[in-house]
Amino acid sequence: MPFANTLRTVRLALKSLLLHKLRSGLTMLGIVFGVFSVIAMLAIGEGASAQAQKQVLSLGATNIIVLTVKPPADSQQSQNRGSSRSMQVPAYGLLRSDYDLLVSTLPTISGAVRMREILSEAQYLQRTINARLVGSTTEYAEMNHLQMLRGRFLSDKDEADMANVAVLGAETASTLFPLEDPIGQTVQVRTHRYTIIGVMRSRTASAAIGGSMSGQDFNKDIYIPLSTFRVRIGDIVFTRLSGTFMAEQVELSQITLKVREMADVVPTSEVVKESLRKSHGSKADFDVVVPLELLRQADQIRHIFNIVLGSIAAISLIVGGIGIMNIMLATVTERTREIGIRRALGARQRDIISQFLTETIVLAGSGGLIGILLGLCTPLAFEGLKGIVNNFVLDRSSGTSQMSKMFTEMDPKIAWWSLPVAFGISVGIGIIFGIYPARSAAMMDPIEALRHE
Amino acid sequence: MYAARLIDLTKFYYLGDNVVRALRGVSADFPQGDFVAIMGSSGSGKSTLLNLLGALDRPTSGQYILSGYDVGKLSDDDLSQIRNRLIGFIFQSYNLIPQYTVLENIQVPLHYRIDSRNIGSAEMNRCLDLASRVGLGDRLDHRPFQLSGGQQQRVAIARALVNDPEIILADEPTGNLDSQTEKEIMDLLTNLNREGRTIILVTHETSVAKRARHQIVMKDGLIHSEGMFTTEGEK
Ligand SMILES: Nc1ncnc2c1ncn2[C@@H]1O[C@H](COP(=O)(O)OP(=O)(O)O)[C@@H](O)[C@H]1O
Ligand SMILES: [Mg+2]
Repeated sequence: MPFANTLRTVRLALKSLLLHKLRSGLTMLGIVFGVFSVIAMLAIGEGASAQAQKQVLSLGATNIIVLTVKPPADSQQSQNRGSSRSMQVPAYGLLRSDYDLLVSTLPTISGAVRMREILSEAQYLQRTINARLVGSTTEYAEMNHLQMLRGRFLSDKDEADMANVAVLGAETASTLFPLEDPIGQTVQVRTHRYTIIGVMRSRTASAAIGGSMSGQDFNKDIYIPLSTFRVRIGDIVFTRLSGTFMAEQVELSQITLKVREMADVVPTSEVVKESLRKSHGSKADFDVVVPLELLRQADQIRHIFNIVLGSIAAISLIVGGIGIMNIMLATVTERTREIGIRRALGARQRDIISQFLTETIVLAGSGGLIGILLGLCTPLAFEGLKGIVNNFVLDRSSGTSQMSKMFTEMDPKIAWWSLPVAFGISVGIGIIFGIYPARSAAMMDPIEALRHE
Repeated sequence: MYAARLIDLTKFYYLGDNVVRALRGVSADFPQGDFVAIMGSSGSGKSTLLNLLGALDRPTSGQYILSGYDVGKLSDDDLSQIRNRLIGFIFQSYNLIPQYTVLENIQVPLHYRIDSRNIGSAEMNRCLDLASRVGLGDRLDHRPFQLSGGQQQRVAIARALVNDPEIILADEPTGNLDSQTEKEIMDLLTNLNREGRTIILVTHETSVAKRARHQIVMKDGLIHSEGMFTTEGEK
């Protein structure tokens, strides 16, 4: 029964180690942190890639999203000043002609959808909600993976007829119509009323894209046909900002392009950027977001964490291993007499080796187990870290980078396979750094060892 | 039948250019059931001889036959097995393993039996028997530091017996004990010898040497004389 023997060896090893609890505990620390780092590193990497995959899925892996972006403040102010005198409204962003150009010149795309959005209060009876009014076409729902709960989405006929119809997002519907059936009712946005023809299923917000800080929350949407938007709202939108009216002219808020082949996504996005840059000149009023590239950013995050935590892990494991070797060498010297006794009683050299190797492995393995337990707390620790990052790091830096944003939106995921791997590593460290002390114990001359004081 | 035979055994230590001739040709036969005391002045070669008898070392020349094995020709692993199965050691300073209990100390030689390393109920009973035989049946869970010198030496004797050895080797087993305890330990060894065990012990004390069946006196690496004291003082 070799198993019973192994168990006995391990039990006796534990007994020797427990003789010096503090020493054994301190000796394990390096392994503890090393193993913890390994698990944390993999959990964060896993979290980053899971998050990226989720984002890419929700945004569409083969989509290219072209956004209207407000040009930087300084150029806008000068424009504003000029406009207030000449009563001209600043115009920026994507144009209907951009859409036509892209659709007619890009052979690699299988579909495209335009969209114009404003934030506006919507009203039914006394109830209101700050909603997002979206003018778009029938493809919008599919492009954004939106599903109907009731009724139907906008149709091509609605678009052709400039129909006064609206489809409500889940939260818009539940806020304005907590009890009633919204279908067939009318919702008022600004000065116009729209007949409700459908309600969307609730959907988790998708990732933040481009410069916009928050993820897209489709639940507070109201969809109307793009043509209706154009005639009812128009391109020029007035907003009231700290007492003064501001007006701006935007034709399209977003164009989403669907590329046929995954491999064409990035090259197509380059062409899109190039042709828009030509038509928009120096105006930095658009942004091209490629969800597929989020994967690359996630890889970057993972890479950085792998380097940082990987180095911590490697250093702690090596330092921990050397620490263990040191202590075991001291232990061997201290227990020279014991080694002599065991040899006299019939222990072969390999028995002495296996005894001390077992002690080292038990020591390193226990450190590994503690490290694993700590590693399992990574998601918790990460929450705390996020809080710190949010409060101190992100506040001070004015320009929030995409990366720190991804960091705060990410949740580490324990990679379960990493637990046995980490334990294996700690045992491996025990073996590597235990061999030398164990061998030096076994090489002792039994007579000398017995005489040792 | 001989338990052990020494044929012109020599042991030289080479220290640089110097050669220390610790044993210069020792021949002796130890029949089964013998009880021998080895005496002699310091540096005469007693410990060296005992180390060879205990298969802790190999002779420079000559033969040491133990239970039919030519010990000088065996590998290190085989020497370990010889020590484990054929020899029971009793040391002057007891040499118990400090972190182990009485019972665990008695069991140590069982861990190193090549063919059966298990401690089953038979082995366990044997250990318990031996413990009560040496009068420590109620101290099984004590650690060595909780025991007196005499008690520790009793544990060592039980440990020496656990694998039922061919010979028991004792290096000044009572050297650290008072005379009353010395007598108790020697009674124990005498009883073992009466049961047929071969015992070879090294001692300075004539009171101890007298308890043996016969005595060997070493001088300058040779057997100087052999003799017989009458055993006396028996209860
Ligand atoms: N390992 C050794 N290396 C060198 N010389 C030794 C060694 N062991 C013993 N000797 C020498 O061998 C001689 C016999 O020693 P030993 O057998 O210990 O004598 P005793 O036990 O009778 O006092 C002494 O001169 C001693 O110095
Ligand atoms: Mg000596």
